[in-house]
Amino acid sequence: MSTIKYTEEHEWVEIDGDSATIGITEYAQEQLGDVVFVELPDAGRAVAKGDEVAVVESVKAASEVYAPVSGEITEVNSVLDGAPATVNEDAIGAGWFVKMKLSDTAELEELLDEAAYQAFVAGLD
Amino acid sequence: MRYLPLTDTDRQAMLGRIGAANIDELFRDVPKAARRDELIDLPRRKGELEVERALSALASKNVPAGSVPFFVGAGAYRHHVPATVDHLIQRSEFLTSYTPYQPEIAQGTLQYLFEFQTQVAMLTGMEVANASMYDGSTGCAEAVLMAHRITKKKKAVLSGALHPHYRAVVENLSEFARDDLDLGEPVTDGTEDIIARIDDDTSCVVIQNPDFFGNVRDLQPIADAAHAKKALLIVVVTEIMSLGLVTPPGEMGADIVVGEGQSLGNPLNFGGPYVGLFAARQKFVRQMPGRLCGETEDAEGKRGFVLTLSTREQHIRREKATSNICTNSGLCCLAFTIHLSLLGEEGYGRLARINHANAVKLADQLDAVDGVEIVTPTFFNEFTIRTPRNALQVIDELADKGILGGVRASRLWPGQSDLDDLIVIASTEVNTDEDRAAYASALKEVLS
Repeated sequence: MSTIKYTEEHEWVEIDGDSATIGITEYAQEQLGDVVFVELPDAGRAVAKGDEVAVVESVKAASEVYAPVSGEITEVNSVLDGAPATVNEDAIGAGWFVKMKLSDTAELEELLDEAAYQAFVAGLD
Repeated sequence: MRYLPLTDTDRQAMLGRIGAANIDELFRDVPKAARRDELIDLPRRKGELEVERALSALASKNVPAGSVPFFVGAGAYRHHVPATVDHLIQRSEFLTSYTPYQPEIAQGTLQYLFEFQTQVAMLTGMEVANASMYDGSTGCAEAVLMAHRITKKKKAVLSGALHPHYRAVVENLSEFARDDLDLGEPVTDGTEDIIARIDDDTSCVVIQNPDFFGNVRDLQPIADAAHAKKALLIVVVTEIMSLGLVTPPGEMGADIVVGEGQSLGNPLNFGGPYVGLFAARQKFVRQMPGRLCGETEDAEGKRGFVLTLSTREQHIRREKATSNICTNSGLCCLAFTIHLSLLGEEGYGRLARINHANAVKLADQLDAVDGVEIVTPTFFNEFTIRTPRNALQVIDELADKGILGGVRASRLWPGQSDLDDLIVIASTEVNTDEDRAAYASALKEVLS
């Protein structure tokens, strides 16, 4: 069964064994406003934690999305190519960005759980 | 408002902060030979009329482009600019509002920027163009940086027949982007083998067409070779008039096209300001530098214009912006747009054919002079000749006879002695049969 973890950069990571699905949080999509473009990496690319993996562009800003964990990109969400607004409509679901195969599951320990992330977001307002 | 100049204390504090002992130290990059220790001895005062006379006397030592038969090109071209252009760009609606700070209320400005982009895209055969760069050379450097961003590779292969000023600007900017440049030797007859230099690390190939010496080439094989190595082809056009006749780079596989737009609407202007053209394939639009104007519909369904994709730009994305170009050559780009609109598609093509015909006629006449050899087998309105004497002396002696005969190649490649006898010569629609006859006969005298 899968668990969802978070980062202070407002990404979510859904973990299932040694694979992970990554996207931006509800809070992030709300702050960005209407998403008009998502630049995604090529599948097969190896990334280290903290590397820039995607750029999300809204009518207000363009922001980088950093890899919350290390590993290899196995799949990117091609739906976002034609329908970037999916990120606004369903940030935690259909609006995912990339899937990765993890190279170091120990890194997951550093991520926030739901309660810790919600507390972090509450502290921002 | 009062103007409060800095105090000595302010100056000392600033100098101290940057570690300079005095103001003169700030100029230490200027070569000693170019500096002057003492002040120029100017009279305390002179009447306006006296100043005018003195300066006119100085100016009359020049041989202005418009005063004699003129065949100088090499990146800046003398064309006829209709009086209408100057009249229209000086309308205050255009002249005083060249950069729209609150863009959407400046619909007129946005519309001409949009039309400028459309014209540039059509001329270059590309899908999308921006609303101008400073000039061709800075556009060229930006294209190299853009290729680096797209391919994530750093080695730019530059043609040796790229205008050396363009190369210098690329060198300047790439130093900060940590790009590696593979510079070629100047091959004068259009046979440079640039394909051999493309490898897996290559981010882009930069080639000028027509090249510095005037050669026109088929770029498709170079595009194919670049694409096979996942590199981009950047095509540089320094004489935009050529696209009225030469196949557009977009039809020969170019990924990015940069150009100098001066030839349309803009006089020589002592070398600037000019207007840089920048066009690319649609899929690269988000990596393009500079301003983009888009067409849209307002709430009532009426056609309108907006600045678009602004999130790439520095005022929003700060240091992550695609470029730090802030303003551009707005008025020069308006002049370009008006001139091209006046010419129309047909007029532009006809003007290009006149340019080419004039250059061919001149080449034939000069080729008939004993000892002169045409170096460039295929050209548009500019070609290169080899003379039996040093080109520097030939050009000086031609100038003494009232002919501005071209640019010696070694001026752009100092120390490259195999170019010492080459002259790059342009002939546009401004040259008459009499001009060409005068050139041929003066050259004959100089060489005899």
